Amino acid sequence: MTTVDPAHIVGTGGALGAVLRYELSMRIDTEELPLGTLTVNVVGSFVLALLAFVSPSESLQLFFGTGACGSFTTFSSFSYEIVRFWEAGEKIRAIGYSIGTLSGAGGAIGLAWLLATFV
Amino acid sequence: MSSVTNHPLVRLETLVLIAIGGFAGSNLRYVVGLLLAPQAIGATLVVNTLGSFGLGFILYEAEFTGLLADRTRLIAATGFLSSFTTYSTFAVQTAQLGDPFTMGVNVIATHGLAVAGVLSGRWLASKIPRGAQ
Repeated sequence: MTTVDPAHIVGTGGALGAVLRYELSMRIDTEELPLGTLTVNVVGSFVLALLAFVSPSESLQLFFGTGACGSFTTFSSFSYEIVRFWEAGEKIRAIGYSIGTLSGAGGAIGLAWLLATFV
Repeated sequence: MSSVTNHPLVRLETLVLIAIGGFAGSNLRYVVGLLLAPQAIGATLVVNTLGSFGLGFILYEAEFTGLLADRTRLIAATGFLSSFTTYSTFAVQTAQLGDPFTMGVNVIATHGLAVAGVLSGRWLASKIPRGAQ
């Protein structure tokens, strides 16, 4: 079997993650809240944590972890959205959105830990 | 949106552009991780700060001057920069720190630098001469 360059594995996973993020955001983003970014960041954190607990082979980790989860989730869109809320004078929404994402991701990581430990 | 953007070929084109950007963005993030290893948290902080700066510049440029084409924005912002930055790695690495104080420092530093990145990008975009159009 020929070995695939790790960069190609990461890139292919990354392309998949980016397309899935776009498709999801197109469907569920609203005017009031960037639900798409919130969802990808929470779901992606759950899957990445699950991978960290299960520790699969290096290629699977590169494809699904570094590639797909890494690209599916995004910090730049998240921080841009915070700045937009702040500019619009919606400071409570900006803080609530960032704390909500952080709590959601934290809860998702805890759930992944429970699943990996007890299932 | 007009009917043109709903054409299957245009929708496919959009996905291909985002996939190309995602391939390159995740790759560059991987390379930064290799270069800064074993400072994995430092690497994540760097990509999230630089990526937020880039995204801030591109999205505010669209608002201030609009010189860049829509499709460039798709490949560079939605594809490349959004894939270059990552929330999941930040969240999992923070959880792995274990110590509440260090976790708090990483959360505040990452959010602070990313927001500063977006604001710097906005500032740079505001300096583009409008007459250049």
